[in-house]
Amino acid sequence: MSIVDKIFKFNGGIKTDTRKTVSTSHPIKKISMPKKLILPLRQHVGRVAKLKVNLGEKVLKGQLIAEADGNVSAAIHAPTSGIIVSVEKQSIPHPSGLPDYCVTLIPDGKDTWIKKDPVNWKKIGREETIKKIYSSGIVGLGGATFPSHLKLHNNNNEIKTLVVNAAECEPYITCDDMLMREKSVDLIEGIRLVLHLLGAENAIIGIEDNKPEAIEKLTVLVKKDEHISIKVVPTIYPSGDAKRLIYLLTGTQIAKGKRSAEYGIQMFNVATIVALYNFINLGEPSISRIITITGNVTAPNNYEVLFGTPLSDLIVDAGGVIKKSSSFIMGGPMMGFKLPSVNVPVTKAMNCVINAGSEMVENNSPVLPCIRCARCADACPVTLQPQELFWFSQSNQFEKAENYNLFDCIECGCCSYVCPSNIPLVQYYRYAKSEIIGERHAKEEADIARERNDFRLHRLQREKEERAKKVAERKANTSSDEKSKVIDEKRKAITEALERIKNEEVSEK
Amino acid sequence: MINQQSPFIQKSSSVTSIMLLVILALIPGLVFYVHYFGVGVLLNLVAASITAILAEYLVLKIRKLPPKVYLYDGSALVAAWLLALSIPSIAPWWIIVVGTLFTIVIAKHFYGGLGSNIFNPAMIGYAVLLISFPALMTKWPSPIENSLSLESIGQAFQIFFYGLEVVGDGLTSATPLDYVKTELLQGQILPDISIASISTSTNLTSTQIVSLGYLLGGVGLLYKKIISWHLPVTYLLSLAFISGFFHFVDPNNFSSVTFHLLNGGTILCAFFILTDPVSGPTTPKGKLWFAFMVAILVYVIRVFGGYPEGIAFAVIFMNICVPLIDNLTQPKVFGHD
Repeated sequence: MSIVDKIFKFNGGIKTDTRKTVSTSHPIKKISMPKKLILPLRQHVGRVAKLKVNLGEKVLKGQLIAEADGNVSAAIHAPTSGIIVSVEKQSIPHPSGLPDYCVTLIPDGKDTWIKKDPVNWKKIGREETIKKIYSSGIVGLGGATFPSHLKLHNNNNEIKTLVVNAAECEPYITCDDMLMREKSVDLIEGIRLVLHLLGAENAIIGIEDNKPEAIEKLTVLVKKDEHISIKVVPTIYPSGDAKRLIYLLTGTQIAKGKRSAEYGIQMFNVATIVALYNFINLGEPSISRIITITGNVTAPNNYEVLFGTPLSDLIVDAGGVIKKSSSFIMGGPMMGFKLPSVNVPVTKAMNCVINAGSEMVENNSPVLPCIRCARCADACPVTLQPQELFWFSQSNQFEKAENYNLFDCIECGCCSYVCPSNIPLVQYYRYAKSEIIGERHAKEEADIARERNDFRLHRLQREKEERAKKVAERKANTSSDEKSKVIDEKRKAITEALERIKNEEVSEK
Repeated sequence: MINQQSPFIQKSSSVTSIMLLVILALIPGLVFYVHYFGVGVLLNLVAASITAILAEYLVLKIRKLPPKVYLYDGSALVAAWLLALSIPSIAPWWIIVVGTLFTIVIAKHFYGGLGSNIFNPAMIGYAVLLISFPALMTKWPSPIENSLSLESIGQAFQIFFYGLEVVGDGLTSATPLDYVKTELLQGQILPDISIASISTSTNLTSTQIVSLGYLLGGVGLLYKKIISWHLPVTYLLSLAFISGFFHFVDPNNFSSVTFHLLNGGTILCAFFILTDPVSGPTTPKGKLWFAFMVAILVYVIRVFGGYPEGIAFAVIFMNICVPLIDNLTQPKVFGHD
């Protein structure tokens, strides 16, 4: 076996029933145009996009609705032609459950494109192309939603390897699998494009062995390309985690707080690469994505949907829910979160929605004490000691938890998954982390307050001194001669007055 | 309870299923035990189980914990079984009851109950009995023919309820470890002792076969991934190496490897006692050190100390060192140097 084919196994991880085949039996579907589209202004990591349209304005498909505000931000485009009818706070798919500003667009049904502007990337050079991508609205579609243009810069030519994340390790999710099956040509072309933009030398596609159809299609396409290789990794969650996948494929361990670029590696998700390809070659900005609708729905499937489509429309198209289960999980069952309702729009981050049965969202078995069986440590892909972290977190010994590398935890959920005592371990770590961050924040605030107070006291002292100095100066300025003169004059006046009175008294007598 | 946060799926394993598998794994050894030494051990097991469950229930009530949840976890039963299998099967009922009470009430619940006991509860119970009733605790049954005959069963009941005195001392013998130790102290050398009484006695072979029964169960636990290989393998290899070394240097005064591995509960300890997760180390390296140190201590206590059956002391002593061992053997975290 050559070094290229070697798989570097990380500690632990879990094998589980992936439940993927339920949603892969039919091709990717499209649904009829929704009655309205709701576009949150923040669908990405970074600053909220700046609104560029007015109420009542007619927009065309692909027209800019909100532009990126600063470097770490992403634009929002109209997914179809229609009228902007409102800009207000609405329910969005976010773990906080809090509403956020959204633009509502009523489609006119014509789906008229704005003039498309493909990028002639071979002609205009890397930096120019990346500048154009800045306005494409493309973010990481694997769920992280980090603006993609930021990851394409390779100023010092440090990036040598492009890692294409096709692992899709979470159970249930199949949107990347289906994308690879149906758009394999676009993906490979996209990989070549990204290799060019990065100026990287080679690309490795990391894919789990539970996607034989996709593997086969891609293998045929890259057969003659010496710059692109495919590495099939075993189906062990969380192999799709960025640092885990990079290690699996290259043997490089990215330290906490470091970026993979510092190690000469950049990673893109397959869906992001296809989106980049569509933008460059067809001039189509980021207005749709593929999403898996699965779980307790009658006909689980993958959909190519416009951003802003109400999730409820998709659930209806998937045949509605089986039985009476009203809980929906966005993302996978390992790291996803419960949606407040189905009345939320599809966003750039939404790769999968699972209609969850009661066995997923209701946990009826009792929580027992930790028996230190260390199954969690065996399962931890970061080689942490979850049982110790749990002990320190539950007893509020946060400093010790930090010493045991709490902040290396990626919250993948493997420990909770295997725990025979049924302890919600990840929730303890989230709690401990937020407490520590809160403490740090409070300490920072206290430091700032103390500094301010010190400065105020210093200022008061200084002002006092200055005032005293001024008084002293004024005193000093009025010379002693003048003073005595004034005093002499006054004394003179007094004696004169006294004498006058005396004289008057004498004359009266 | 409504589960609001990820992960939303869980492996179907529970403390209860782990404990049940441990109990199941004890069955092969137990079958041989009954076959060679009679049903006395079963009476002990029943007495220990009943005492453990009652004691557990009462303590849980006093501690205001839900008995339904905690009784069901099976940990009290496992501790009771391990204790019952560690003490002589010809011990009277009150020995079992006292030992089990100590195991459950003091060694387990005084330290905080399931998950919090720093010492192996069964070993605490055993050590207390060994120190308090040395005469009773070192008398082991001789193998009997027709262990399941009515006569033998009746005898077992008599011993259980009224003590050994009623049936006379004919049924008992010292354990091999004890016997060899006494003989050595009287100036004998090993080759003579072995030829004279032990290797011809069926006593040794029956004990060994019971040990092999435990080994079978232990391998089952390894296979089902209830325990990891680190503790039993390191322990057995270390003990084999140490005893082999001394035996090689002076075969007249130091017993052979097989003698040490198959006598005095070595196998039971390797797969069922050391592997108690609560009082043992959790890191892979820590497990290696822990097992290695227990092996050294067991050998020292057996050969040079006053308790030939002193595995319990070795385990208890190393239990104290667990936090230190865990702390010093942290594995390298992903991405750290």
